[in-house]
Formats: sequence, structure tokens, C-alpha cells
Amino acid sequence: MTARVSLHPPLVRVTHWVNALAIGCMLMSGWQIYDASPLFGFRFPAWATLGGWLGGAIAWHFAAMWLFVGNSVIYGLYGLLSGHFRRALLPLRAGDVLRDALDAARFRLRHRDGEYNAVQRLSYVLVLLFGAMVVISGLALWKPVQFQDMAAAMGGYEVVRRIHFLAMAGIAGFIVVHLVLVLLVPRTLIGMILGDRTAGPAE
Amino acid sequence: MKRTGRLDLHSHRPALARLDRRLFLRGSLSVGALSLLTGCNLQDGDTVDRVLWAMSRWNDAVQAWLFDPNRLAPTFSPKDITTPFPFNAFYPQDDAPDIDASDYALEVSGLVAERQAWSLDRLRALPQQSQITRHICIEGWSAIGQWSGVPLRAFLERIGADLRGRYVSFKCADKYYASIDMATALHPQTILALDFAGGPLPTQYGFPLKLRVPTKLGFKNPKHIVSLSVTNTYPGGYWEDQGYNWFSGS
Repeated sequence: MTARVSLHPPLVRVTHWVNALAIGCMLMSGWQIYDASPLFGFRFPAWATLGGWLGGAIAWHFAAMWLFVGNSVIYGLYGLLSGHFRRALLPLRAGDVLRDALDAARFRLRHRDGEYNAVQRLSYVLVLLFGAMVVISGLALWKPVQFQDMAAAMGGYEVVRRIHFLAMAGIAGFIVVHLVLVLLVPRTLIGMILGDRTAGPAE
Repeated sequence: MKRTGRLDLHSHRPALARLDRRLFLRGSLSVGALSLLTGCNLQDGDTVDRVLWAMSRWNDAVQAWLFDPNRLAPTFSPKDITTPFPFNAFYPQDDAPDIDASDYALEVSGLVAERQAWSLDRLRALPQQSQITRHICIEGWSAIGQWSGVPLRAFLERIGADLRGRYVSFKCADKYYASIDMATALHPQTILALDFAGGPLPTQYGFPLKLRVPTKLGFKNPKHIVSLSVTNTYPGGYWEDQGYNWFSGS
């Protein structure tokens, strides 16, 4: 018996792919900007950067930020107002996260289309928080005088630089895990493109 | 003997480097960019280039709108001052220009009533203002320093400048040039700095005259200023002409 399984609403799919492009530009141009004055004892390799030099990277970063923020606002409003966040990400309980994490470690955690396990819920909530953090710290870095109260609340300009880096690292870490999981369960990629799929027999 | 058309690449290197930077997006099409812009060839860099320049002009407008002429940059106490203060320029510190104070004069031109040049003594005779503020470089690093000098607003009023002019532009002894919007020029913390850390500006920090604008990034704070002009024609800047965002407000 087959049934149409609805996975992702159209707005979620569109904003997902716009976000993939925007976040790719933001990360890679951001790494080029970082390389102009590294905060820590390493540089990002040139092949992973965007912009060619500091001026080009900043042009990319401050162009793509409009795409990133605009897209995030649409997605965020949709998620809050439609109940998508509540349905997909809640409830989030520590006990469930622990159970699913242990199952995953023993390769016993099954992928269920259309429903996130507790570890997924936690990671999606975390990446949303990292996203908010990267935008807020980014605004404070971009305008440390006009938005000085925001910068001061986070500990001042130099602390905000580190917060921006940390939020970036959280997002980049999420993307790595996210891509590994897509490789492990490739049909999820079809779901994010087409929105639903014809469910076959249980695998 | 007739020389055949051999190109002396070495003598053209600075110009070539700049040309390279100018085409910053064509040069920017790294592996990552190419993979994002699927199916593009290097010629398409021109389109991307135009879009990014347009976005940069849009960001100028947004920043001008965000700029609050009355909002002061945070100030710090003497114990917060960064020592040694970092040197930064498009050349090594040894190449900073040596300027003779005795025959120095600041030239003024453009939309101003009084075009008489200003000696250092005359500049020092004007009311001075001191600030301890954070200098933020476009590269990301920052440093806190102390500057004092003549508020630019007072200077512009003194020379009868048209304060409705759009830009104030600066030319420097080291071939650097820069420009800022009039709203920022009139900001209470924008000063023509003569002193750094309580003494005359050292050579590497811009002797004898530097623009200190704590509401803009470091590269909008030209050093070794030799002339100032008020104009309605976009003057650009050394880095801005190569692709840095012009407004670059903090």
C-alpha cells in the first residue's frame, strides 16, 4: 500500500534553499574577512573563501546579508505564525534527547519521514538560536556606534567579534552534521526538493 | 639601438596590482563561488560585479539613514588605551612621509568662502577637543587611542564652508585620499587631530594632521592630510575606488 507522505510545506522548502545559498555566501565571505585579521591561530584556506580579497569579501558579505536576513524573517514569521515551529520542534524533553542520542550511538535510531526525533529537534532549535545570535552579533559588529547598547550588552566590540565567530562555528557544525545525515538517508534530499514522496513499504 | 616592444613588468607592478584589485569580483571567483554560480564563466563576473557595487551603494544609503548625528561613539578612560597602538597603512611604517612642520600648510578648496591655507600654529590656535575612542579597522581588529584637535564642524564654519555640500574630501602627503559625508563631518566627535596620546602626532600615526572619525572605520581616518575640499562631486577614496564600501560607518 502506498500513501502520499507530506514532508515539507512549500514555503519551508523555498526558504531552505534560499538560505542554503545565502548562508554559503555568508560563511565563505566571512571566512575571507576573518583571514584579514585572524582572531585565533589559524586561517581559512583560500579555496573555502569567497571574495578574493578583503574588499570583495565584504561586498559579498554585506550583499548576501540582505538575502540571509530577509529570507530568515519570512521563514521565522511563517514558523511562528503557522505553528510549524511548535509542531515540528516541540515538545523538546531532555529525557527524549538522551534516549534518542543513545539509540543513534548504537545505530538503532530509525529515520521517520515527517517527524523529527528528539536529537533532531534539539539541533534545529540550537541552529535557530545560533542564527539569531549570528544576526544580532553581526548587527552589533556592523554598527558598534549606532547599535552601541546592543554591543555593550554583549560585552563590547571585541567580545562581540568572538560571539559572531562562535555563532558561525555553531552553524557550520550544524551544516556538517546535517550533510552527513543527508548522505546517510539520501531520500530526505528528495523530500526537501519535492515536498512529499510516495511512501513505499517499510524499509 | 631600437628597443623592441619589451614590457618592463616590474615598473608596472603597482598598477597591475591595483587593476587586479579593481576587478575584485572577477578575481574572486574561487572554487566555492564557481560552485555557487553554476554554469557561469569568468565573463559573468562582470554581472556579479555590478550587482555587488549596486548593493554597496544601497548599503551607503541604509547607513546614511541609520547614522544618528547626535549619537556619540563610546569613550574610554586613559587606562583602556592600547599600547603600542598598531601602525596601519598601505605601505610599511618606514615609508610614512616625513613632513616639515615649518613649511606645512593645510590647503582648503571647493565650496568654502576663505581659501587661505592653514599653518599648524593657526590650527593650534583654534579651540581643541580631546577624545579617547575605539579605532575599528575594516580587517576586524580594534584599538583604543587618544586624539585631540580641532572639531571639523568648527573648522568648516570658520572657513565659511557650505554646510549643505555633500562631501568633505581629503588629500594626503602619502598619496592617500578619502572622503566623508557632510553629516559625519559635522558630527561632534569628528576632529582634525593634531595630537596623539597627549603629544604631536608621531609620523607613523599621521603627522601633522589626521582626520579622526570614531563613527567610521579606520580607513576613513586619513593621515598626513595636506588639503581639504568641500564638494558636491563624489570624490571616492583610495580604498573605496578599489571596492571598499564608501560610507563604512560604525
